[in-house]
Amino acid sequence: MKVTLFVPCFVDQLFPHAAVSMVEVIERLGHTVDYPEEQTCCGQPPFNSGYWDQARAVAERTLRVFRDAEVVVAGSGSCGTMFKVFYPELFHHTPFEAEAKALAAKTYEFSEFLVKKLGVTDVGARFDGRVTFHDGCHALRELKLKEEPRQLLRAVRGLDLVEMKEAETCCGFGGTFAVKFPQISTAMDEVKCHSIVETGADVVVSNDSSCLMQITGYLNRHGQAVRGMHLAEILASR
Amino acid sequence: MSEGAPRSDAAAILGRIREALRLPAKPAGAAAPGHAPGSAEIQPWLPHVGPTFDDRVAAFAAQAAVLRAEFFRFPTLAAAAHYVRDLAAQEKWDRAATHDAPLPRALLAEGGVLSWNVAEGYDKQALEAAPVGVTGCEALVAQTGSVLVSSRASGGRALSVLPSHHVVIATADQLVADLPAAFARVTAAYGKDLPSLLSFVTGPSRTGDIERILVLGAHGPKRLTILLVDEAA
Amino acid sequence: MSTAASTFQHDATAAAADRPRRDFIRFALSGYFAKRRVTQDAYGDWQAARQAAAEIKFEAVNHLDTYLEEFTRNAEARGTKVFWASNSAQARDYILNLCREKEIRSIVKSKTMTSEEIHLNDALEHAGYGVVESDLGELIVQLRKEAPYHFVFPCMHLKRDEISATFEEKLGSAPTDDPEELTMIARRHLRQEFCRADLGISGANFLIAETGTLSITENEGNARLTAALPRIHVALVGIEKVLPKLADLALLLPMLGTAGAAQLLTAYNSLYGGPRQPGEVDGPEEFHIVLLDNHRTRLLADPEQRDSLHCIRCGACLNVCPIFKNVGGHTYGTTYQGPIGSVITPHLRGLQDWKHLSNASSLCGACTETCPVKIDLHHHLLQNRRNAVAQKPVGWEKALYRGFVFLMNRPGLYRLSGKFSPLGLRLQAVVQGTVLDPLRAWTKTRDLPPAPPKTFKQLWAERRAGGPR
Repeated sequence: MKVTLFVPCFVDQLFPHAAVSMVEVIERLGHTVDYPEEQTCCGQPPFNSGYWDQARAVAERTLRVFRDAEVVVAGSGSCGTMFKVFYPELFHHTPFEAEAKALAAKTYEFSEFLVKKLGVTDVGARFDGRVTFHDGCHALRELKLKEEPRQLLRAVRGLDLVEMKEAETCCGFGGTFAVKFPQISTAMDEVKCHSIVETGADVVVSNDSSCLMQITGYLNRHGQAVRGMHLAEILASR
Repeated sequence: MSEGAPRSDAAAILGRIREALRLPAKPAGAAAPGHAPGSAEIQPWLPHVGPTFDDRVAAFAAQAAVLRAEFFRFPTLAAAAHYVRDLAAQEKWDRAATHDAPLPRALLAEGGVLSWNVAEGYDKQALEAAPVGVTGCEALVAQTGSVLVSSRASGGRALSVLPSHHVVIATADQLVADLPAAFARVTAAYGKDLPSLLSFVTGPSRTGDIERILVLGAHGPKRLTILLVDEAA
Repeated sequence: MSTAASTFQHDATAAAADRPRRDFIRFALSGYFAKRRVTQDAYGDWQAARQAAAEIKFEAVNHLDTYLEEFTRNAEARGTKVFWASNSAQARDYILNLCREKEIRSIVKSKTMTSEEIHLNDALEHAGYGVVESDLGELIVQLRKEAPYHFVFPCMHLKRDEISATFEEKLGSAPTDDPEELTMIARRHLRQEFCRADLGISGANFLIAETGTLSITENEGNARLTAALPRIHVALVGIEKVLPKLADLALLLPMLGTAGAAQLLTAYNSLYGGPRQPGEVDGPEEFHIVLLDNHRTRLLADPEQRDSLHCIRCGACLNVCPIFKNVGGHTYGTTYQGPIGSVITPHLRGLQDWKHLSNASSLCGACTETCPVKIDLHHHLLQNRRNAVAQKPVGWEKALYRGFVFLMNRPGLYRLSGKFSPLGLRLQAVVQGTVLDPLRAWTKTRDLPPAPPKTFKQLWAERRAGGPR
């Protein structure tokens, strides 16, 4: 099938390798990846700050970009949530309501796409190392994805998956929250990173690059050796 | 009401409520679908209790153990009275406080325990200092291990909560399966004329306020002893 | 930034830096979580129970006028006096007037957050009445002249040595580090107060319309004593507490116990149907219920957030909230802390002054997930943000997002900006850690990711052109 990729703006700018890995994995499974180059952003930053008119202005354009896609894979839990949960609300009682609902219905987060749409848990990956998974809050609670990333990781050869105590606890990113309330954000980061280090994992994996940015930002500042990788990067490993 | 008394603002509040309710809200739990909104009838979502009397006794006993309430079952009142005699001697009760109901009075009389009756009026200090309050109850609830006391069946409001040891006696027919059954029982017994106090007592008084560590006997009784008698006669 | 907002930032900074206290709070809550899992597992279907509880509350709140009127009729038929207070002042005046008329000398209180809301204790003390808090946690914070830290566990932030020191200083007791001995000190101190008091003031967890009864959930037994011994009992209750039927308690009481205290039922769940009735041994001669609006009708008038009135004040949302656990209850600076507090306080006390509570959240959704009556808490925080902006946008922020829209709706311009971001990051590295650093809020405590050599768009364009992946 033709899979249309939505690459979040911060993944495009800061973590392009995560998106490259998504392309590799999807192609390895025999599907075509389309990437409409005019895409930019889902509109989450103004949305989360309460500027819904501005969010709509960006989202309207994004709706157009993906209008003709059959299946959309969103490269982060938070952008996936924008498409699936908040676009129908943003466009409620507007001329774009039907289109927003249509996009919501055909969008999948990356792990959701592999496990629920394709029915695949083994993508033929190999990664030697101990890994712990951080549940991004949007993917976990808005998209109800908990087992799917873990099923994928458990099928990776050589990978030792350990659960951290605070797997479901927010890392403290929360978009602009991270800079508007940096002291609270960092305290939450501290709790998360402590839990990660406690597992003895070599790598912390997540389905949200913004969480990884928050987590690795703290780990690196504190000289911890634990690396951060997007789920797709692990799955692309051979 | 005297002159300076504030006037109840019911009309204004009701007006604001009616105005507010002109706009309808989304149905309950709509943001988190997964269960079709159905009737709000209480279904057995709470812990299940088996159908037989022995099932109820077992469930009640299990809960009581977890709650650190003492629970004993006796075939006859005489057997329960025997237990109370021993308890009174062990605890060195001078006099037990009780009320005007046949079962607790018979229990204490047969057990040879001196008692006094709060129904004749009582001094708060005297009740505060009483070693034990012995009462009847409305029901025992198997599902939760609760004793349902009331101001009618348990000698008022203070007797079952002020002395530091509460002994309560119930008969087999009073052991109901669950909370809905308990509510049905009191409604059937009293209709609109409910006792002014009904209280589900679930274990001794407790607090976790200090470092979340469980301590029994915060203000209510530190010790709760529940006696179930198969036959009252 | 409002005064409350800047105080919040200041207090949050202090609290976030207090690692031992934060660790203690998390440790204290770990027992609750372990026990709650076990208690919840005993339910046949916890999710179905949540839905049923939500539906009961929906029915009650969306027919609030009907049920409040039914409640009042049935309560008054049993001799209860029901007073409807539109605001704090009316509620306080009623109670103060009652104290005067009935020549009250001594007052004992069981836990009621509504009384905190209307600052009742201050008003009573100002009028010369001594008020004794009988709930152990409330007593402790009252003696320390602190606000409650958590509306279910008022002193969860205190260690036993701190409590012992407070008792030594205020009650003249001997020092001890044994929780049982500390509890007994409070018990002994309060026994006399219960016996002495001629007025008992309580709150309530539920009002039952069908029977005109008031329901109080507790563990200690102090509310039972407050409503048993004094000659007058006054209960102060928010209007949203009403439930339609007595049988509704068969679900709501266990939900409250489970979510609030990880107990299937707390030690005492008591129903008060009136003052002492003919033939009863004891009980108050008079029973007054003060129904309080105090801007709850404002919440009611917002159909999007009306379900906030479903709240049964269990406190579970506080227990799961990472913000609450890291900044603590005092930082909120208002009666109701945590997610529910952050949702309703802007409605109760003013949106512009209190919107910062709705902003101080990562919107993780743990609160919504745990709420026993399915309030859509974290989405309400988002809605408060939207409402605050619609009412009064923040100038620079609006300009920033206008710029954001401009950029994001022009992919050519966006691509161009991508070329500059590695440069931007290099420039930023020069000023990092100094006051010139525009990303200082981040870089003070966290590293930035390294600038990748190419953006995804660049990589894809190369691939499209047949170049290296």
